[in-house]
Amino acid sequence: MAQMTMIQAITDALRTELRNDPKTLIFGEDVGVNGGVFRATEGLQKEFGEDRVFDTPLAESGIGGLSIGLALTGFRPIPEIQFFGFVFEVMDSIAGQMSRMRYRSGGRYHMPITVRSPFGGGVHTPELHSDSLEGLMAQTPGLKVVVPSTPYDAKGLLISAIRDNDPVIFLEHLKLYRAFRQEVPEEEYTIPIGKADIKREGKDLSIITYGAMVHESLKAADELAKEGYSVEVVDLRTIMPLDIETIIASVEKTGRAIVVQEAQKQAGIAANVVAEINDRAILSLEAPVLRVAAPDTVYPFSQAESVWLPNYKDVIETAKKVLTF
Amino acid sequence: MASKTQKAPLDVKKSLQTAEEQFQTFQILNEEGEVVNEAAMPNLTDEQLQELMRRMVYTRILDQRSISLNRQGRLGFYAPTAGQEASQLASQFALEKEDFILPGYRDVPQLIWHGLPLYQAFLFSRGHYHGNQIPEGVNVLSPQIIIGAQYVQAAGVALGLKKNGTKAVAITYTGDGGASQGDFYEGINFAGAFKAPAIFIVQNNRFAISTPVEKQSAAKTIAQKAMAAGIPGIQVDGMDPLAVYVAVRDARERAINGEGPTLIETLTYRYGPHTMAGDDPTRYRSADLDNEWEKKDPLVRFRKFLEKKGLWSEELENEVIEQAKEDIKEAIKKADETPKQKVTDLMSIMFEEMPHYLKEQYEIYKAKESK
Repeated sequence: MAQMTMIQAITDALRTELRNDPKTLIFGEDVGVNGGVFRATEGLQKEFGEDRVFDTPLAESGIGGLSIGLALTGFRPIPEIQFFGFVFEVMDSIAGQMSRMRYRSGGRYHMPITVRSPFGGGVHTPELHSDSLEGLMAQTPGLKVVVPSTPYDAKGLLISAIRDNDPVIFLEHLKLYRAFRQEVPEEEYTIPIGKADIKREGKDLSIITYGAMVHESLKAADELAKEGYSVEVVDLRTIMPLDIETIIASVEKTGRAIVVQEAQKQAGIAANVVAEINDRAILSLEAPVLRVAAPDTVYPFSQAESVWLPNYKDVIETAKKVLTF
Repeated sequence: MASKTQKAPLDVKKSLQTAEEQFQTFQILNEEGEVVNEAAMPNLTDEQLQELMRRMVYTRILDQRSISLNRQGRLGFYAPTAGQEASQLASQFALEKEDFILPGYRDVPQLIWHGLPLYQAFLFSRGHYHGNQIPEGVNVLSPQIIIGAQYVQAAGVALGLKKNGTKAVAITYTGDGGASQGDFYEGINFAGAFKAPAIFIVQNNRFAISTPVEKQSAAKTIAQKAMAAGIPGIQVDGMDPLAVYVAVRDARERAINGEGPTLIETLTYRYGPHTMAGDDPTRYRSADLDNEWEKKDPLVRFRKFLEKKGLWSEELENEVIEQAKEDIKEAIKKADETPKQKVTDLMSIMFEEMPHYLKEQYEIYKAKESK
């Protein structure tokens, strides 16, 4: 086993699938010689050639359309959108086209495309680089949306995403790229899409979360443990489709839950999770399910982001409301 | 502060004008059906010439019947095609079966002649998903609704064909309005950068619903937009089936020889409304303009051309008309016999494997639909 950062685990997954399947292609802005602006595709063009790993002209809608056309001709495209804030430029190709192709064609065509893209706050970017826009994707029928929180999960989930015969949006949190190393097997393995993971077991409260907020939640759980609370942390890993079974089992066990997301509160994934809990486990609840989320403004200019972004203190505050209800 | 004391070192207006003058309309048959460009005449056999005419007549009848079926409530969404036969059918006539068509919403005739069964075209119009279940071996997408989206996809299909080593092209269609979309530029630029075997057709019928082409752009032609992508662009008389055929044939030849994509602007006209959903062309087009374009009619000029060669007659034309009517009747019957679609059918074509939430909803709708 090797110690890998999340970005290394991602490169490793890409290399694995380039080797396994000659129909996989990686392309996007600066992914070739440069290896991507975060080095996710480092060395891959050299190893697999310009036919398999290549730079495109700078146009996101073109990258989306290219992915669709390549999928129609039997390829398994893995395009990179340089920052997910640029997704608005490719919304039609993603939400208007690839997500609908299987349905639109009555099953005649399918789109085995994995759109990879970095997102997420806390690293002082200019505007439209850090936004959490996963809700836009999760709200689009026909897409699966994956957000890993650890190097180990990133590798296994990315391999699953690439092998999936439907489009998967794979979102990589910028702050997690090099935040820490973890044991990651060098051999291939998959983690199923749509399966959550209990990152910490507990019996008094369930914190349901994903992405960078998994780590804030774990930190909060550590603090709460010092006060005698046993807190479970459920990492969704896939936000569409949600792993209802794991969420409900955890809530039925603890009787209390909060949902934590980095995105703005409005119309978010957390609201969806709360609704599912209400639908399926209301009689197990000892307290209302509360949310921790960012305020409903545009993603802030970077000097304000440390306050704007939810952190472990916010998680503790909300957790206590629910624990002491 | 800028001061205008010096003479501009470059005559930029002149260079634009010089470039624009290169884009002249390519024509072989004039309105009278006379050959005006003998050197460009394609060497099509008599049978091929007759077949092209047969398809245009057939499609004109299909258009007339579709409009009346729509008015009777027996068809749904329909975008009339009369006037555009040369542009649509002569371009498809230059293709091979392996070529992949990415159509706009008005381009149903090309799909039919590329192999889509007529009853499925009717089902598409009626809003039944089976209309879009393209048979294996028919290389087309169903009509694109978003203007220009098919242009970026065509670049991808073309690159895929090239990577697979298939000697075939991706051909896509949009209109004069479509040539203003970002996807238009991204599509031609991507295909150019990858030297991908694509043919981009802009059927310039002068109106994007009601907005005249003059308001779309300062560019004198749409063909010249190809220059910005560094690919060949050609403006063709889109009412002349032979000119359209030759332009596409040559573009195809270049594409499969590895010389990259071509942009073809066909100057054409739709006689009918934008769609049958309430558009009234008298609000934005004059009767004079309609008359002017009807004189250029592709069927009229091609009929004259063929009659002079002894290749066409009223009798032949009537045979085609009868055949078309017969086929349409049969296709409508088959469309009527297709089982009604269910919400549960649609749920089962969302993903390769139905996710749990859809499975739950599937059970609910199965119960509703079995009542």
